[in-house]
Amino acid sequence: MSGARVVRVASGQGFWGDDIEAPVRQVEGGGIDYLMLDYLAEVTMSIMQKQRARDPKAGYARDFIELMERIFPACVDDGVRVVTNSGGVNPGGCADALVEAGRRAGVGGRAKIGLVHGDDLMGRLDGLLADGHELVNMETGAPLAEIRDRVQSANAYIGAAPIVDALRLGADVVVTGRSTDTALTYAPLIHEFGWSADDHDRIAAGVVAGHINECGAQCTGGNCLIDWWEIPDMAIVGFPIVEVREDGSFVVTKHKGSGGRVTRASVTEQIVYEMGDPSTYITPDVVADFTTIQLDDQGSDRVLVHGVKGGPRTDFLKVSIAYAAGWKATGTLTYAWPDAAAKARSADRILRERLHQLGLHFDEVRTELVGWDSTHGRLAGHPPADLPEVQLRVGVRSSDRASVERFTREIAPLVLTGPPSVTGFAGGRPRVREIMAYWPALIRREAVESELRVEVRDV
Amino acid sequence: MSKVPLVQIAHARSGDKGDTANVGVIAYDPAHYQLLREQLTPEAVKNHFGEMVSGQVERFELPNLGALNFLLHGALGGGGTMSLMNDAQGKVFSTALLRMDIEVPDEVAASTMGQGRVPEGWFP
Repeated sequence: MSGARVVRVASGQGFWGDDIEAPVRQVEGGGIDYLMLDYLAEVTMSIMQKQRARDPKAGYARDFIELMERIFPACVDDGVRVVTNSGGVNPGGCADALVEAGRRAGVGGRAKIGLVHGDDLMGRLDGLLADGHELVNMETGAPLAEIRDRVQSANAYIGAAPIVDALRLGADVVVTGRSTDTALTYAPLIHEFGWSADDHDRIAAGVVAGHINECGAQCTGGNCLIDWWEIPDMAIVGFPIVEVREDGSFVVTKHKGSGGRVTRASVTEQIVYEMGDPSTYITPDVVADFTTIQLDDQGSDRVLVHGVKGGPRTDFLKVSIAYAAGWKATGTLTYAWPDAAAKARSADRILRERLHQLGLHFDEVRTELVGWDSTHGRLAGHPPADLPEVQLRVGVRSSDRASVERFTREIAPLVLTGPPSVTGFAGGRPRVREIMAYWPALIRREAVESELRVEVRDV
Repeated sequence: MSKVPLVQIAHARSGDKGDTANVGVIAYDPAHYQLLREQLTPEAVKNHFGEMVSGQVERFELPNLGALNFLLHGALGGGGTMSLMNDAQGKVFSTALLRMDIEVPDEVAASTMGQGRVPEGWFP
């Protein structure tokens, strides 16, 4: 690779709740051009929407503000530009807080923030429906009108263009709402290399780089099944860095001296994660063909990725809609040897009979025995008679909140009224939680793209 | 030929999209990809999971990575926040598939013995 220009995009966060020291290590480790931080998952937007409903200044990943207060000076001094979807359902609020954090951190007058608006469709929903955008559920075919009054959030997955614009306008940090996860990696590449929109193969290679980067350490030894017991120093695991060349080929690696492992196997496991049809990996900017990926393990925690092909983008963007869909609660109790599984199963029978006697209404009651069948179901076979302990786990779901509420009061009594050798109830009654169901839909891209706006603010 | 658990010749990772779990199965040795391709048919995988997968099983081939990708529809109890399952996001569905038996030549069974499991007596 000597001689060719290389752009290094480091991954610092794979989800909201990931290792908060990882992005600090990425910046301190040096030698990176961009730091991408992915905070959003399918359920995250609805959680943020609820937070904003209570406080108009909330609705974004607050972790990000604390992080930037620590790393902003180093990023500005070293020229590391940050690209993130931390804005959630309130990118403006996130940018306001970021300006204040930047000033506290001493970069006032020395940094610019790029802000992307327009992915949030919540306020436009009725207008879009009236204009004939049905937002049909991609899985069930049902029109959105069926659940319109229960919608909590609606966001389009947007592509690279507004991020590229913000970088071109000199932003040191780009904050977006529901940008596609992979775009946080490939938008900087489009900006740096000037790839055009019909450079399908190169952008597709950027998408593969983004897919590998977007789950943080999951490609550098975290959650890796192959020889996991030999993977070193996971307490200081190195998050991935992609070193990309102008032709789109790239090396996946991590900082020297960090923990974890980058091999053909660790990268392959991440490539197949959350995969649909691998020949048709759809993003807002290109359709990538993952069956064209070639891997070359170069040793020393370096895997070369090349050969990626892609095709033109579609006329649609995906929309992520969350809607209120009832209530649920999960209760647990622990049963000890002897005959732990028999005791737990017997307690479950008693509980179900009581729920029936009380005339409660549930859409589903599910029982699992953690320590025996909660992950492998019927494949777990029969529980061994000498099982030392097992946890009874009963979940209920209902559109009737009162039924779920009452269920939460029926777990603890089993301690004195049910089978013996039971413990593990000290945590109190289970919590009733509102269900935010996921409604994936498509929308014609121009309905969203005409409303996208990029704003640059000085810190 | 000998029957061995799939975990002996392949590793895997799984994730979710709504109520669908995906399981990517990767041959440790690319030479064993054909064994996976011949025996891990959508029908065989559907049969392995039985009632755990209420919908159809789709299979996609990635010969470039020595891997197969399966979509298990209706496997996650409604998926996302709707699901009451401990493994609501299908994170360990991969290991449930690795329990499946696969027929391999005797020499492959012998040379891969113990692969995919911690060494005998190993404990942190």
